[in-house]
Amino acid sequence: MQWKVKISIKLKSGVLDAQGKATHKALLAIGFQKVQEVRIGKLIELKLEGDSRTEVEKQIQEMCQKLLANPVIEDFVYEIGEL
Amino acid sequence: MKFGVVQFPGSNCDYDCYYALKYVLRVPTAFIWHKEKDISGYDCIVLPGGFSYGDYLRVGAIARYSPVMKAVVDFASKGGLLIGICNGFQILTEAGLLPGALIRNHCLRFICKPQNIRVENIETPFTNRCQKGQVLKVPIAHGEGCYYADQKTLEELEENNQVLFRYCDIEGEITKAANPNGSLHNIAGICNKKRNIFGLMPHPERSMEECLGSTDGRLIFESIINYLQTDSLILKD
Repeated sequence: MQWKVKISIKLKSGVLDAQGKATHKALLAIGFQKVQEVRIGKLIELKLEGDSRTEVEKQIQEMCQKLLANPVIEDFVYEIGEL
Repeated sequence: MKFGVVQFPGSNCDYDCYYALKYVLRVPTAFIWHKEKDISGYDCIVLPGGFSYGDYLRVGAIARYSPVMKAVVDFASKGGLLIGICNGFQILTEAGLLPGALIRNHCLRFICKPQNIRVENIETPFTNRCQKGQVLKVPIAHGEGCYYADQKTLEELEENNQVLFRYCDIEGEITKAANPNGSLHNIAGICNKKRNIFGLMPHPERSMEECLGSTDGRLIFESIINYLQTDSLILKD
């Protein structure tokens, strides 16, 4: 079976997000006064083969821990869908 | 005694390190290609600066899985001396050989300038030729040099005297103004508990000769040479 996975990775809450801060300031400067915080992360989309959702999930967990995210500074969440 | 300078695709300080060791300090030095699986015969491995694998995904994240890294980890686990400079430091943290991580500079800019750093611990293979509290002038050139670690890790680093260099002003004062990138505790370089793995953001290989404005970088490489020649220091277990 083919699966499509969306992984979002963001900096942990305690880690300073300099990009997010600068973008927040820019949003305020152009009039979006109600914005309270901006955090910038990344989105990774991938397609893969797998016999079951459980198997795919196991693979994704391992990929994130080993390479896609750095557990020292980042958290990740993912959505798995059938293709 | 033999030094090995690892070349990843995108390394760009490899020749500077090679030149500094081979032609300034006149010690046997060779390049090690990132696909090499055997690194026997070396006494110190240098992971140089640059933009390995284009800094894709995260700085150092892909280089850390380069074929040569397995041998490098093995070498270091047996007590071999390993130094990571700039991108090399980022690779060491990504590989879990040093704690913490290096994230985007506080100011969001790439910074390239001479920087004062203070020597914090001289009882290591990398700093034994320095004086405690000595201020060195060594250039920095990075976009992701802000050292981050959680509170517990920071406490451990301080407790074990693993912080070898901090960003400081010309007087050696550790101030916020002297911190170029927002690094926690003004950290510029740390070593592991055992003291055989060292990572730093400043570039000692770019401050080897008077014509470059400083020769302070020599102290770091001379410390390594001194250590290898005399074995006067005993590494921690």
